[in-house]
Amino acid sequence: MSELSVNHLLGIKYLNKKDIELIFETADHFKEVINRPIKKVPSLRDITIANLFFENSTRTKLSFELAEKRLSADVINFSASQSSVKKGETLIDTVNNILSMKVDMVIMRHPNPGASVFLSQHVGASIINAGDGAHEHPTQALLDSYSIRERLGEVKGKNVVIVGDILHSRVALSNIYALKLQGANVMVCGPKTLLPKHIDKLGVKVETNLRKALNWCDVANMLRVQNERMDISYFPSTREYTQQFGVNKALLDSLNKEITIMHPGPINRGVEITSDVADSKQAIILDQVQNGVAIRMAVIYLLASKIKQ
Amino acid sequence: MSQKVLLNAIEVNIILHRLACQLIEKHKNFENTVLIGIQPRGKYLAERLAKMLKEDYKIKNVQFGLLDITFFRDDFRRGEKPLEANTTEINFLVEDKNIVFIDDVLYTGRSIRSALTAIQSFGRPKEIELLTLIDRRFSRHLPIQPDYRGRQVDAINNEKVKVNWIENEGEDSVYLINN
Repeated sequence: MSELSVNHLLGIKYLNKKDIELIFETADHFKEVINRPIKKVPSLRDITIANLFFENSTRTKLSFELAEKRLSADVINFSASQSSVKKGETLIDTVNNILSMKVDMVIMRHPNPGASVFLSQHVGASIINAGDGAHEHPTQALLDSYSIRERLGEVKGKNVVIVGDILHSRVALSNIYALKLQGANVMVCGPKTLLPKHIDKLGVKVETNLRKALNWCDVANMLRVQNERMDISYFPSTREYTQQFGVNKALLDSLNKEITIMHPGPINRGVEITSDVADSKQAIILDQVQNGVAIRMAVIYLLASKIKQ
Repeated sequence: MSQKVLLNAIEVNIILHRLACQLIEKHKNFENTVLIGIQPRGKYLAERLAKMLKEDYKIKNVQFGLLDITFFRDDFRRGEKPLEANTTEINFLVEDKNIVFIDDVLYTGRSIRSALTAIQSFGRPKEIELLTLIDRRFSRHLPIQPDYRGRQVDAINNEKVKVNWIENEGEDSVYLINN
């Protein structure tokens, strides 16, 4: 079996196509494992993993922690709100203190873009980026592609539109890299104020009309409006955003085909997506969550196998 | 590199029939017995035996599964090459079942140790037995012995036993390879 070309998962930008295929094949095996009566394997019993969350998270943190426990790793958790970070400790000092307790791998979420890349250059452990500001969220993009592959057979050649707040989204950037790498056609759609300038340079189509975008695509990935990252007003009102960029049942029924709906969560029901769509058969939102555990197990397993004894 | 034929196709066939008969002697109509092939190489032997029991010995319900032990091995991060996983196909609970593990070559016994741990994920079996086509004597690292063996072989450490199957390599045979 080949191995990953990288020692850390900092972003999809650093991966190649073979890496993604390897992660998916490994995740297939772990998906079978987590559907067994006993959902656990002992592979990582001599590995200790620290989950450092400098920013709030529910699903990603739970998903990582579950993946670690299913692999029998020892886990320590850290969240910035209850730590010495508030007392003025630097990131490198915090992490080095944790590493001196013999930790092999660090999963980190941080509000600053590039935090995980910075860390990988200064500490000895294997780093997995669980989201750095508006930069990348690689495991989310991997599980999104994996879910598309599961639903539609393959990612190559599929038309995928990412709808919503592209400007503040790390999910969007990682997804664009991952989808392009696998040969999908990618479009971004949202209000002009929430589309980064020059995003077309990444090789994606840009659209501001949701109906046109949905008619073009096989898969629509609906992003949440990230109010917490908005320092100014990007659109007049939530109601107006919903009218122009929210997906509802009537809109989907008026299309001439059935498309697959994805959402990385957390959902703002009634804003970017209505409840009847989120709970419909077209939506694979909960499949994404289940696949998230398998994908994270695969990434952790493959990176751990590169940590030499 | 030199190689010597240990078993040819006819001998393999005779041994498989003997092993099938030994299984029937113990497990009768296989009512509460499942055959589990250990991935990757035990798969062919297990499939062959299951087919033989069904077609030649008219045993109706032979339950059959494949077990991958990759994530249960004790040499993760110790070898040069990364471990390659295979599919596990066990679509039933093994609770209170009589299990027969099937592998082509028994060497150090470490794979079987991993399999003993791995099978626990599917329940608590009543009993586990081991069937191997080739038993390499004097090479065990663990106290594990087969209950059914095709042929016992004395092979020294730099020698390798290679089992070929018609489905995969185009012929049924067993070779002793000296590197």
